[in-house]
Amino acid sequence: MSPVSASGRAASAAARLRRLATALAVLGALVALLLPTAASATSALRTELNEIEAEVMCPVCGTLLELAESPQATREKAFIEKLVKQGQSKDEIKEALVAQYGDAVLAEPKGSGFSLSAYVVPIVAFAVAVVLLAFAVWRWRRAAGSREERKPEVEGPSDEDRKRLDDDLARYDL
Amino acid sequence: MALVGFLVYGLVSKGNSRLAVGERAPSPELPRLTEPGEGSLKEHRGEWVLVNFWASWCVPCREEAPALVKFQGEHGGQNFTVVGIDTQDISDDGAKFAKEFGLTYPLLHDGNGDDGHEFGTTGVPESYLLEPGGKLAWAEYGPVDEKILEDHVAPLLPPEKKT
Repeated sequence: MSPVSASGRAASAAARLRRLATALAVLGALVALLLPTAASATSALRTELNEIEAEVMCPVCGTLLELAESPQATREKAFIEKLVKQGQSKDEIKEALVAQYGDAVLAEPKGSGFSLSAYVVPIVAFAVAVVLLAFAVWRWRRAAGSREERKPEVEGPSDEDRKRLDDDLARYDL
Repeated sequence: MALVGFLVYGLVSKGNSRLAVGERAPSPELPRLTEPGEGSLKEHRGEWVLVNFWASWCVPCREEAPALVKFQGEHGGQNFTVVGIDTQDISDDGAKFAKEFGLTYPLLHDGNGDDGHEFGTTGVPESYLLEPGGKLAWAEYGPVDEKILEDHVAPLLPPEKKT
């Protein structure tokens, strides 16, 4: 074996090592870059899932989906997760849920059709109660005022009574 | 008065009772599960219909499915059919279930469970046998098996016409 060929092999091995080290460094940098991205993506997915689960119902359990653990709830959660991963918005996912389960799947009724009554009825009931109360107070004050007007003026004792009172008191004067 | 009206409506609407034998079954239009379009139990007037409420997430429904498939294979025809109603379920999940168990009978999708509530169901699975006029003849409030179907449903069915 010649000394030239031995040094050539050594140089080649060193070059291979350098390339390997460079590749490892690049790979490490990529992993370091991607790991937080993946973690933040997972976190964003979980946040969106949690938000939707807090706003829809488990129709079988009659509770918010976020509180439900039934087999139906599990499938509903999987359905939502699939749509979130597909990049659908919260509103689109809610529409898809309504298409599957009907309006009852929404924790808050929609602001249209019969569901609108859930918002309108309390407001109308409150307004009617305020009007009735105001009317009752107005009538009560009016009635009190007229009672005041009808009340006869109190007159003092007559001269004759006053004289009799003075005489009576004078008899007890010591 | 309005408040009282709402309370009464709430009591009445929540108090759906079970369909009784002899009562006419509801038959609203529902989406078909594995095909496009809508269907209704009305389409089957004139034949005996075993209405089976099920859902893909329901374990007992998985257990009873083979018995229903077998019963449909043996008795299904001009005079009788099983109609499966997938209730409170994701339609894709229901369709996968139908494929997995080879459900060959008509399938409808009752996503919000309203049709089941009109029958007075309290869960799944439940099965209701309707006579040709659409009135309830028999019901099972739980899973069925081959013995239940042969003992209670088969004797009520007319013999299949040979063509």
